[in-house]
Amino acid sequence: MKLRIEVVAIDCLMVRLFDVIDEANMPWMLAASARLRECFGAHLVDLVPSYTTLMVHYDLLALSPSQARELIDLAFTDLAPDPQARGQQHVLPVWYDLSVGPELTLVSQRSGLAVSEVIRRHSEREYQVFALGFAPGFAFMGLVEEILASPRLNTPRKRVAAGSVGIAERQTAAYPVVSPGGWNLIGRTPSKLFDRLRDGYSLMQPGDSVRFAAVDHAEFVRLGGDDTPLGVQL
Amino acid sequence: MSEFKTVGALTIEASTPLCLLQDAGRFGVRHLGVTQGGAADWVSMSWANKLLGNALDAAVIEITLGGLSLLAEQDCCLSLAGADLGAMLGERPLAPWRSFFIRKGERLTFSQPVLGARAYLAAPGGFDAPQVLGSCASVGREELGGLDGMGKALAKGDRLSYPGSSFLLHALQDRQIPDLEDNSPLDVVLGAQIGQFSGSSLFDAFNSEWTLDSRADRMGIRLLGPELVYQGQPMISEGIPLGAIQVPPDGQPIVLLNDRQTIGGYPRLGALTPLSLARLAQRLPGSTLRLKPVMQTVAHQRQMDYLRVLQTV
Repeated sequence: MKLRIEVVAIDCLMVRLFDVIDEANMPWMLAASARLRECFGAHLVDLVPSYTTLMVHYDLLALSPSQARELIDLAFTDLAPDPQARGQQHVLPVWYDLSVGPELTLVSQRSGLAVSEVIRRHSEREYQVFALGFAPGFAFMGLVEEILASPRLNTPRKRVAAGSVGIAERQTAAYPVVSPGGWNLIGRTPSKLFDRLRDGYSLMQPGDSVRFAAVDHAEFVRLGGDDTPLGVQL
Repeated sequence: MSEFKTVGALTIEASTPLCLLQDAGRFGVRHLGVTQGGAADWVSMSWANKLLGNALDAAVIEITLGGLSLLAEQDCCLSLAGADLGAMLGERPLAPWRSFFIRKGERLTFSQPVLGARAYLAAPGGFDAPQVLGSCASVGREELGGLDGMGKALAKGDRLSYPGSSFLLHALQDRQIPDLEDNSPLDVVLGAQIGQFSGSSLFDAFNSEWTLDSRADRMGIRLLGPELVYQGQPMISEGIPLGAIQVPPDGQPIVLLNDRQTIGGYPRLGALTPLSLARLAQRLPGSTLRLKPVMQTVAHQRQMDYLRVLQTV
């Protein structure tokens, strides 16, 4: 880890911890987030974690820029991540089917793997939640196996159904609500990913780990999934 | 809205997708991918509330470009700040930066921009609206906030209630009124990837006239001018602060506003100060502006000074 602190706005400092995306970053990111929250206390407005960075937005009425830097220094003093540290673990049921995941074919052709093998490999791995962004509860997860990596669609869809599970490069994600999107869709989850009535709102939090579990159509519907086919809505 | 103690109410007769309930926005939830939201011109929102003795961040109506018409259900006192959108109170023109009486059954309309882009209408105690993730800020894309809690813009037939009453008329003094015609350069706190733009791009950024593109909304405002060239490595997405000036591959900067996405991977020059961002939020497409670097410490002091003015007047 090579720690750098950069000014990014009047009341925001970027803490840069790493230069590459790696699951091995996560224990450091979790430990640093916890310590920053502790050190800033009520003076923290928001802490925005992403793959290699933590953006600290502090209350400028309470802290000067130099005081904020001092608190960051304090948070990183003797910071020792627990190598076993992990967030919550989730299992997301997914109905992998062409009607809701039309790019199953594309990923299969690109990789030379049978569709069943694509499904097996996508659901075999445990993924890290690197960051949430794009939409409330949209978790960027990775890394998917190199062989399944797929570039984003040239023309994003105007409308991707809620629950759609997709791949972009070596990342995977599920869309919490209907939105435009350019990821390669391979299935759909019935899980509610963002719920304003749930404690913590988002099912997945930065640092959590996630496994996808293939379910059949009957189980998907039983779990409350909407099986309306995606259609060609480019 | 039965859960609120209502003293008075307004009924919306006509609206547009750009007429929104707003407050200061959502905080403490950015790590979940939830955008900030909130009034784009926080200075005018604050003055509108101040004029009625409300908390500075009480819920207001943000009216962008006009098209709003509403009726008062009771005699009451409201306040207006920000843009002059040709407001009419019945048959009389209504200038901003003041509180005013509106009679039961009287109509208030906003037609089109005369000066500025966004007007803020406040009511005693702030408009009643459900708090969603700590705020009523309307964000349609995220289905959060507004009267229905699902982010919808105000629409014909909506009824906006408020819990207070006020019968004191105030108007800002001339020296207190933000000058919406002020064309002095906007302040940029330098930072982020600024060191990785070409030298000539940095010169251009701060020595050129930029034109506001028509591609402008509450997520961002695009600027047209010389092409800025980023010479660094492709970036890994990271948190984006309010006012960030990002430069996509076409070299034309985008200033990111309240409804921006929470993380992004375009290089940035830094971020406008909140005071400059409030000024930008009042600009119309086609107008021009200049950018000027400011030290973070200097910007911080100016912000504190202005907040003190707002809090002590």
